[in-house]
Amino acid sequence: MLIPYIANTDHDVEEMLKVIGVNSIDDLFVDIQPHQVPKSFNLPKGLSEYDCLKRIEQLALKNSTALIPFIGGGYYDHYIPAAVSSIISRGEFYTAYTPYQPECSQGTLQALYEYQSAICTLTGMEVSNASLYDGGTAIYEAVMMAMRINKRKKIVMDGGLNPIYRKMLRSYTHNLSIDFQELPVAHGQSDRAHIKNVLDDKTSAIILQNPNFFGAIDDHSDIIAEAKKHGVLVIESVYPISLGLLKTPGEMGADIVTGEGQSLGLPLNFGGPYLGFMATRKQLVRKMPGRIIGKTTDKKGRDCFVNTLQAREQHIRREKATSNICTNVSLCALQSLVYMSLIGKQGFKELAQTNLNKAEFTRLELEKIEGVNVKRSAPTFNEFTVELPMDASLVVEAMIADGFAAGFPLGQYYQGMERYMIIAVTEKRSKKEILDYAQSLKSVLEKLSSSV
Amino acid sequence: MKTIFDKSVNNRRGYFSPSSDVGLTAEVPQQFKREDDCQWPELSELDVVRHFTQLSQLNFSIDTNFYPLGSCTMKYNPKFTEVAARMTGFSQLHPLLPQLKQGETLTQGALEVLYEMERLMAEMTGLDHFTMQPLAGAHGELTGVMMMAAYHKARGNKKKYVIVPDSSHGTNPATVSIAGYEIISIPSNEDGVMDIELLKEKVTDEVAGLMITSPNTHGLFNSQIDKISEIIHSVDGIMYYDGANLNAVLGRCRPGDVGFDVMHINTHKTFTTPHGGGGPGAGPVGVTKKLEPFLPISRIIKADDGSYRLSYDHPKSIGYIAPFYGNFSLLLRAYAYILLLGEEGLRAVSNHAVLNANYIKEQLKSVYDLPFDRLCMHECVFSAKNQAERNVHAIDIAKFLIDQKIHPPTVYFPLTVKESIMIEPTETESKQMIDVFIEAMKEADQLSKTQPEKFAEFPQTTPVSRPDEVKAARELNTNYFSKKS
Amino acid sequence: MDVEADFLYTKEHEWINIDGNEATIGISEYAQSALGDITFIELPSADDEFDQFEQFASIESVKAASDIFLPMAGKILEVNTELEETPGLINKSCYEKGWMVKIQIAEMEESSNLLTAEEYTNYLRSVE
Repeated sequence: MLIPYIANTDHDVEEMLKVIGVNSIDDLFVDIQPHQVPKSFNLPKGLSEYDCLKRIEQLALKNSTALIPFIGGGYYDHYIPAAVSSIISRGEFYTAYTPYQPECSQGTLQALYEYQSAICTLTGMEVSNASLYDGGTAIYEAVMMAMRINKRKKIVMDGGLNPIYRKMLRSYTHNLSIDFQELPVAHGQSDRAHIKNVLDDKTSAIILQNPNFFGAIDDHSDIIAEAKKHGVLVIESVYPISLGLLKTPGEMGADIVTGEGQSLGLPLNFGGPYLGFMATRKQLVRKMPGRIIGKTTDKKGRDCFVNTLQAREQHIRREKATSNICTNVSLCALQSLVYMSLIGKQGFKELAQTNLNKAEFTRLELEKIEGVNVKRSAPTFNEFTVELPMDASLVVEAMIADGFAAGFPLGQYYQGMERYMIIAVTEKRSKKEILDYAQSLKSVLEKLSSSV
Repeated sequence: MKTIFDKSVNNRRGYFSPSSDVGLTAEVPQQFKREDDCQWPELSELDVVRHFTQLSQLNFSIDTNFYPLGSCTMKYNPKFTEVAARMTGFSQLHPLLPQLKQGETLTQGALEVLYEMERLMAEMTGLDHFTMQPLAGAHGELTGVMMMAAYHKARGNKKKYVIVPDSSHGTNPATVSIAGYEIISIPSNEDGVMDIELLKEKVTDEVAGLMITSPNTHGLFNSQIDKISEIIHSVDGIMYYDGANLNAVLGRCRPGDVGFDVMHINTHKTFTTPHGGGGPGAGPVGVTKKLEPFLPISRIIKADDGSYRLSYDHPKSIGYIAPFYGNFSLLLRAYAYILLLGEEGLRAVSNHAVLNANYIKEQLKSVYDLPFDRLCMHECVFSAKNQAERNVHAIDIAKFLIDQKIHPPTVYFPLTVKESIMIEPTETESKQMIDVFIEAMKEADQLSKTQPEKFAEFPQTTPVSRPDEVKAARELNTNYFSKKS
Repeated sequence: MDVEADFLYTKEHEWINIDGNEATIGISEYAQSALGDITFIELPSADDEFDQFEQFASIESVKAASDIFLPMAGKILEVNTELEETPGLINKSCYEKGWMVKIQIAEMEESSNLLTAEEYTNYLRSVE
């Protein structure tokens, strides 16, 4: 058998069959009836490790990662220090199972406790779970949590919520009778008057996002105060890197905080795995889904860490569990913890400031281009909306030839916004790249408008 | 060990981001700024590396220990799949690229991986179509049950219940209730499989479907599985295959051939993507033609010119269940593994997994009670009830094994067996390693006869002994920063 | 297993001690021992009203979670707030200090749906 991951030799097999008392491996499968065997099982012939990696490499070359990205949409091209990948590549971390046996899982357990703490100080909240799948499923879980708390059925979604999350939420809740109210989309801050209108005593929760999908920064304190008057819970979805500078959801008074943790040291990986984080107030911890790690002591009084409040989870509560999720994304949580530990308190402020500076520089450069209308109705962080004199998707397409992933055109998600796109600028973009980008945009606009 | 926050020293730095070379300092208006600083620790890179390296050494893992954790399939994760997953051509690929105009041309390699995975999985399972989107096994379950619900809705069926055997994974009942159905639980018969007569009694027109793990969580294959399918199909119910144990029957029985309509696959089990200390996973879902219209979007299609495209125009689809196309880097690892193994290798997976499990079962059945004494598949379930009479419980035996540097088997699951000890050796372990485990299990039994009181002290060789779980729950401390408040 | 002689019981292991139109309610020795160390309890508020056998509280231990049902319909007069801080009282003294709520009984006839101490003791034997 030419497979390097199977250890038994023919001799071993023979001895084991003798102990079992059968003649062949086939005899072990007698419970499978003759008519139940596969009708076909036509799979390719195996490859050597070298040939296999060569084949994968060829596929990798068919992807274009040379483009300079100015594209974000909730998923960002930040630099990841080398130590992050080095640490999560340790077999003791990535080949361990869920830490059900605490005595031999203290490494994972302590790391997750530290992760929870890092998320709490990031968001200004009191308790965090040990992570969820991604930022979108985290919002769905937050909605379910809110409805468990106040037993209401109406959910209000602010217009600035990432459309990817909105679509996911719609699919998940299709079979549940929830009254969704989607507020109209605007590229500025949340529409106070409209929100005030729809919040009532039947509303379970309102979902806000900061910065919103269009890049606008907001202070939701007043909306949260208004929500509290009606017993409405506030779910705030955040972009973690922005919290190096921006007011935290905790400071605004939010009840449940969620977010996509990809920007905390996770590669873009064509869509996953990512990291959903969720934090809340201590009072609500028992309604929060997902694994939670607690600190305690062992028999000898030594500090140690353990899965706690497990009674909420599916393996005990079965159909009454707070969620069907049976795992978190431990390794991604660890990855983000290593990242947060390397960046550190001071480094985080600088990182956020650099993102802000470069985005602002880009805005100023783009404003010099005729026909480009940079939206200034609200302050922004590292992503912002521009309006172009033509269909933005054509502009983005044309800029690929110049080596840029120029931004994300909004026409695909929003009817009537075909001329808009959002542009993200992270700390990785150099002044030269930004100037080249502006030059490319300028010439593409000129070329396209002359050909119209 | 001290936490990383305890080790923090003011003004120490572990990383500097690229400098701001644009010659301006932008300001956010004061009202939008945070007041309290984020208290991430301040450490040098070495401090951070050493902290986490030392933490890692407190763990058991497959790379360091035998890990016969029943139902979890802790097999070796080949290193070359990590090399594949880290290729920058994949790892740096932004998921929104193919959604740009002509953007699909920028990601042909990645789309091909997904498309090929769908085809390979379809061939291995006998189902017609797959989606790679679900982000973990339990997420795949939810996706599958949502499709079940969409199917019944489209046909105007009035359905209320989903049947689940009592030996099922806890995720099954949790999923069913989240999808809006109620549970009917069916007990196992004395052979350890679902009682088909009882099933007949419970099946009515209101049954939406049945969720079943095959082989089941007793490690047993139900020879009447196609009869069960017929009963469920007779009321237009959907047969759901929980693929948690697919590794036992790879190449021996395909769910699609015995009447299943939908299934999920846990890539970390059958296709050995790393467990990561509890995720991330990936949970591809396969369906037969009758459920195909309900698959999540976007779908991946191969155009006539051989190029790969995203396709959104599926009006009956349950919609978007993941932000993009699934946990791509895990799917890529599984793809690399399947390519390397090929047909012969994949057949060998189930052969040796089942051989190893039966060998353990035979060697230990004289010492531990074996509730179902028959050939098992990839795992076997014992009961420590004899030892429990001497006041040595399954959990005590588990803790004993830790001191032998062996990760304990699954204990107290399945719930249908008292004092259950569920052992899954997997195909990647050698007879020699398994013999060491068998000896340790026998030693535990011996010790339960001679010095049962000793078990309360185990484990002794680990950095900490048994944690006070009651204190953890009563004096909840989940955040380093709140303990001081 | 300790069963308080003058109380009435449910098959879900709640007890009720009737005193005129009022009653005190808790869980039995069997229930507390099956749950193990109780870590958390969620109690209703005064003036909440429940039907007979409706869930009014939930309890968590390290390894289990359990819903608690009201043996007879009624209005909550008082809850044992001490349990919120010290849920272990239920383990230590399930029939006295570990009481959960006092209620105003709505329908006295409902007591006929409950088990006497003797019936409950027999019931425990049958489930063990």
